[in-house]
Amino acid sequence: MLAISAHSLIKDFGRLRAVDDVSFEVEPGRVVGLLGPNGSGKTTLLRMLLGLVAPSGGQALIGGRRFADLDHPARQVGAVLEAGSLHPGRTARDHLRVLATEARVSYPRVDEVLELVGLTEAADRRAGTFSLGMGQRLSLAASLLGDPGVILLDEPTNGLDPAGIRWLRVLLRGLAAEGRAVVVSSHVLAEVEQTVDEVLILDRGRLLAHRPLSELDSLEETFLDLTDKKEHDACLP
Amino acid sequence: MTAIAHPAPFARPSLPRLVRVELRKMTDTRAGVWLLSLIAIAGVTAVGVTLVAGTESDQTLDGLFGICGIAVALLLPVVGLLCVTGEWTQRTALTTFTLVPARGRVVAAKLLAGCGLALTALLVCLVAGVAGNLIAGGSWSLDLARLYGAALYMLIVMVAGLSVGLLLMRSAPAIVTYFVLPAAIGALTQTVHSLRGPAEWFDLGRATAPLGAGEMVAGDWPRLAVATAIWIGVPLALGLLRLRNRELS
Repeated sequence: MLAISAHSLIKDFGRLRAVDDVSFEVEPGRVVGLLGPNGSGKTTLLRMLLGLVAPSGGQALIGGRRFADLDHPARQVGAVLEAGSLHPGRTARDHLRVLATEARVSYPRVDEVLELVGLTEAADRRAGTFSLGMGQRLSLAASLLGDPGVILLDEPTNGLDPAGIRWLRVLLRGLAAEGRAVVVSSHVLAEVEQTVDEVLILDRGRLLAHRPLSELDSLEETFLDLTDKKEHDACLP
Repeated sequence: MTAIAHPAPFARPSLPRLVRVELRKMTDTRAGVWLLSLIAIAGVTAVGVTLVAGTESDQTLDGLFGICGIAVALLLPVVGLLCVTGEWTQRTALTTFTLVPARGRVVAAKLLAGCGLALTALLVCLVAGVAGNLIAGGSWSLDLARLYGAALYMLIVMVAGLSVGLLLMRSAPAIVTYFVLPAAIGALTQTVHSLRGPAEWFDLGRATAPLGAGEMVAGDWPRLAVATAIWIGVPLALGLLRLRNRELS
């Protein structure tokens, strides 16, 4: 199984530094929460790990290699980046079959992941008719198609109902128990608290903490202390 | 979750596999089926109109095939163009380039899939021409120069559409650019007398006209090469460069 690592990772968008000298390592078998306020650099960090955004400095590695240098990225890394990145005119099954062909995965696996995410009944509906939560489930199914050892999820609970959030929590714990490295970004602390082993806390592009959850008395207090949100909240009318 | 048995672990998808994926993407949505149906209908309609109102010389296999090809080639580039721009308008680029990080391979697969579709369109024209001539009862001779010319013409327009799509990466501007710019250049060269000579070198419509008619002569080939370099080579090279440097966020 593969580890995820960032070494002095930097990303500048023009004059804005979105990610500022971030280093961390995620071991296989761990679920790590990537936390931070909106605009803290979570999505940019995940996209650098996936080679979709080029770092301005440092390195983002999966199993010690850049994403683009992996032997078979589709089989080694699964990702959910945006629930809406589905062709609205294609059915859920067809969407997964296109990806399965690309990833060299057999069609029975498509039905397997559809069942896993609870979309068997909706498999022949066009993705354009899906709710946000169903789209999120389909994106999750796509990320699991290649049975990858590394899973990167950007705000995967967006649009999920409470039952869906609990289902996702159980799924992620199960994936980690099988030895996979899972990184899940979120800004909803309560849901992360019940799922992750470790937290990475980002603010304004800087990594403020990388700690096991068991070492924290309160995730919320730690998060607010580190990101100075208490002061900000106090200033609000 | 159950682990699956990988048939060929740690092997990247081959180019033929990627071409298959791109062909599927072009044909498995309602919009794709409509567009391809519209192209086929345009070809069949052109044959039908020629059978009803065409001259005797048009009502032959050669004539009907040529007319069908002109009608089909009108919309064919839109298929190539949309197969690139669709990645951004439908926001599927994130998934596509995560699965296949080598972006140039995805473009190569799209180009080959587009060429495959263009040659299929040629076959459809041939079938429509044969069917039309069965009704017309005209001459069955088919000039090979016209056949090869039509094949090359369809490949050129398909790749040109795809290249413009790759350069602009947005459907509406790419479609407008593909259709309006050559028309504007054509109108300009008709109006400004001094541009008529040079236009033979940079107007893709004029440079490819003898191809479709099967009337290419030695002097036409260099003009075709220059025009295709301008309309395919430049946007394709710039588009590839743009794609390589583009951040998908």
